[in-house]
Amino acid sequence: MLLSAALFIIGVVGVMVRRNIIIIFMSIELILNAVNINLVAFSAQLQNAIGQVFAVFVIAVAAAEAAVGLGIILAFYRNKETVNIDEMNLMRW
Amino acid sequence: MKYIWLIPLLPAIGAAVNGLVGVRYFSRRTAGAFACATMMLALGLSLLAFWELLGLPAEERAFDVVVADWFPSIPLQLHDGSVGTFRAPWGFRLDPLSGMMLLVVTGIGTLIHVYSTAYMADEPRGGVARFFSYLNLFCFFMLMLVLGNNFPVMFVGWEGVGLCSYLLIGYWYEKKSASDAGKKAFITNRVGDWGFILGVFLIFYTFGTLDLRDVQNAAALMPVETGHFGVLSAICLLLFVGATGKSAQIPLYVWLPDAMEGPTPVSALIHAATMVTAGVYMLGRNAVLFSHAPEVMTIVAVVGVLTALMAATIGLVQYDIKRVLAYSTVSQLGYMFTAMGVGAFSAGAFHLMTHAFFKALLFLGSGSVIHAMAGEQDMRRMGGLKKFMPVTFATMMIGTLAIAGIPPFAGFFSKDEILFRAFLQNKVIWSLAVVTALMTAFYMFRLMYMTFYGGYRGPAWEGADHGHGVAHGHVDAHADAGTGHAGTQDDHGHGHGHGPWHGPHESPAAMTYPLWALAVGAVVAGFLGIPAAILPSGSAIEHFLEPSFTAQEVRLQPDGTPLSGVRLQADQATRPPAGAERAAAAGHEEGEHQVSRAGEIGLMAFSVLIAVAGILAARRLYVTKPEISEGLAERFAGAHRVLSNKYYVDELYDATAISGTKSAARRLWTVDRQVVDGAVNGTGWVTLFSSWVSGLSDKHVVDGAVNAVGWTAEESSYWFRRLQTGLVQNYALLMLFGVAAFVGLYLIVR
Repeated sequence: MLLSAALFIIGVVGVMVRRNIIIIFMSIELILNAVNINLVAFSAQLQNAIGQVFAVFVIAVAAAEAAVGLGIILAFYRNKETVNIDEMNLMRW
Repeated sequence: MKYIWLIPLLPAIGAAVNGLVGVRYFSRRTAGAFACATMMLALGLSLLAFWELLGLPAEERAFDVVVADWFPSIPLQLHDGSVGTFRAPWGFRLDPLSGMMLLVVTGIGTLIHVYSTAYMADEPRGGVARFFSYLNLFCFFMLMLVLGNNFPVMFVGWEGVGLCSYLLIGYWYEKKSASDAGKKAFITNRVGDWGFILGVFLIFYTFGTLDLRDVQNAAALMPVETGHFGVLSAICLLLFVGATGKSAQIPLYVWLPDAMEGPTPVSALIHAATMVTAGVYMLGRNAVLFSHAPEVMTIVAVVGVLTALMAATIGLVQYDIKRVLAYSTVSQLGYMFTAMGVGAFSAGAFHLMTHAFFKALLFLGSGSVIHAMAGEQDMRRMGGLKKFMPVTFATMMIGTLAIAGIPPFAGFFSKDEILFRAFLQNKVIWSLAVVTALMTAFYMFRLMYMTFYGGYRGPAWEGADHGHGVAHGHVDAHADAGTGHAGTQDDHGHGHGHGPWHGPHESPAAMTYPLWALAVGAVVAGFLGIPAAILPSGSAIEHFLEPSFTAQEVRLQPDGTPLSGVRLQADQATRPPAGAERAAAAGHEEGEHQVSRAGEIGLMAFSVLIAVAGILAARRLYVTKPEISEGLAERFAGAHRVLSNKYYVDELYDATAISGTKSAARRLWTVDRQVVDGAVNGTGWVTLFSSWVSGLSDKHVVDGAVNAVGWTAEESSYWFRRLQTGLVQNYALLMLFGVAAFVGLYLIVR
């Protein structure tokens, strides 16, 4: 649980403070994996296999999400020649 | 006989094909041949149907065929508060009267179609197809009129022939006078049609049915309206108004002479042989109604004989060959109405038939003459044509003898029958009719003498060396056909120049064969009606037609029933024709008790004498001593002028009815302009004003509200949009704060 909490905090801080979008992306993966660890830990503690099944699903979804996310980043990089998050302000009014 | 509906359908197909396809694609020959073919087929079918009709016993000679429903049944209230069913099927009826008309229409129609192929040969290609399309359409409507077994179908034909008459009179529509004449004919007919349709309404209101036979049967049960003017009289009077329009009687005869602007075959078919007899036919169809309204019968007879007399007097002085014939048509129609009016329905119908033959013949002959003279219609510019066109002369002479009433030609028998019946009924009418007969013989022979005898007075043609305008001089002419010689014209033959017109010439075979056919008809048609005074068996056509003029019940019941007894008493008082006709058929006609056979023969001889007198007078005035006629015209200049101007009736109508209508229309127009237009403009102005007001409110209130909403959103967004930084991490931070806040809240509140 502590490991999971530590990983989560690291992920959140990573998302908050880093400017490189790749790093942010990796931090998001960290958060996901923290959740996975949490799921597995609870599963072991509560003697219930559903948690582990759920974790497997999360990993599968995370893989898909990673593919999509990387694709977006690639497209963005081709357009802007940068991976700096501060220059990504397309959603600004 | 089940297929009699095909008879009107065939010309309708011809009209549709020629009108829709032929005008653009058919050659002259194809158009003419197609039209003729449909008419010949129709004639063949008619002959078959008629043959079957003859095969039936006399009492059963009536045949109804209903093809389809036209008006579905509509319940309507009647005069006595009961509810009648208004329905009109497309029903056709073949009985002796319509059978006779059928043969007349298809027979003469076919001949005239054939004749037209030659007469119209010089027209432009599309024009010929148009002409035949109209002609076929006319035959279709006429056959509908004749065969229809109820009033609405009859009315369809009635209106349709009026329409076709308009189309055909105005066939040369580039010519102002022709299109005017077409309009005049149509509008005058409308006046009559108004009477007819009102009569039909009243019939339905009274009897609750529009089937011709049902109406006759119902009317037969009603009392004869002697000395008073009841509903039957009103119906008959309205129907008679319709008949005067269609059959050119006083006061609506004015259109017929002008109708001569149309091509001559049209004049022959429509304005002489068939359409104008529609009124007579309609009266005959409603013979039972009319015989129950003796007062109206008297009106019919008086109007008929006056029309006959008036038209004959006008005919005396006309110079246009077709106008003479037109007035003689009006005059002969007057005879038919006289016959109807004195109750001699069979005689009227018989005269209708014989007149159809000889008047079609005369018109086609005059068309042949006009054709030969390259369009010249003025008889003063003809003369001496006998040697140029012997066939036309011979056939027209037959027709003229027939119309003058010389035995054994057809006109003699029919006209004499009318005169005889008029003599029994009313001596005044008879004497007027006899005077008319005298004038008929006179003006018809005047026409013949001016056209065919004497010297040639027409325009010269290339290659001819003759003095024209020559006096009529020494001419040895006889009323007998074929012995006269135009003395001064012997020194030249046909012109052989190469100009556009080679002088008068005989018409082609397609024109002369119909002339011969009609001439044969004009000779033999009369033998159907040899009166009982000469032939003991009595008039064949009278026996044949008689069932059409009486109601079914009366025919089927013996005289002993109380109903017929009442009717017979009334008959003796007023001599209504239904009774008289029946009595004639039974072989003990009252008239034969009053006037002996010798008397009838004497009357015949008298009318022949009258005719001969008219002929001799014409010969004296126009052949032997032409100066007399000019002297007469000078001596009675006033009368001559009145006659030449047709009694100024056109001018009278122009001054009263037409200018009255015009000024009324102008007044109505003023009302229109000031009241209706004012109301419309006022409405428009009010709309304009209210829309201006609503525009203002739109602009300020609605737009203001909308703008206010927009403005509010814009202003408030000024602050909120700052939140949208576009930086993902800002959003993520906010989200984190939010989640932390909710989690914190959860922890605290729990």
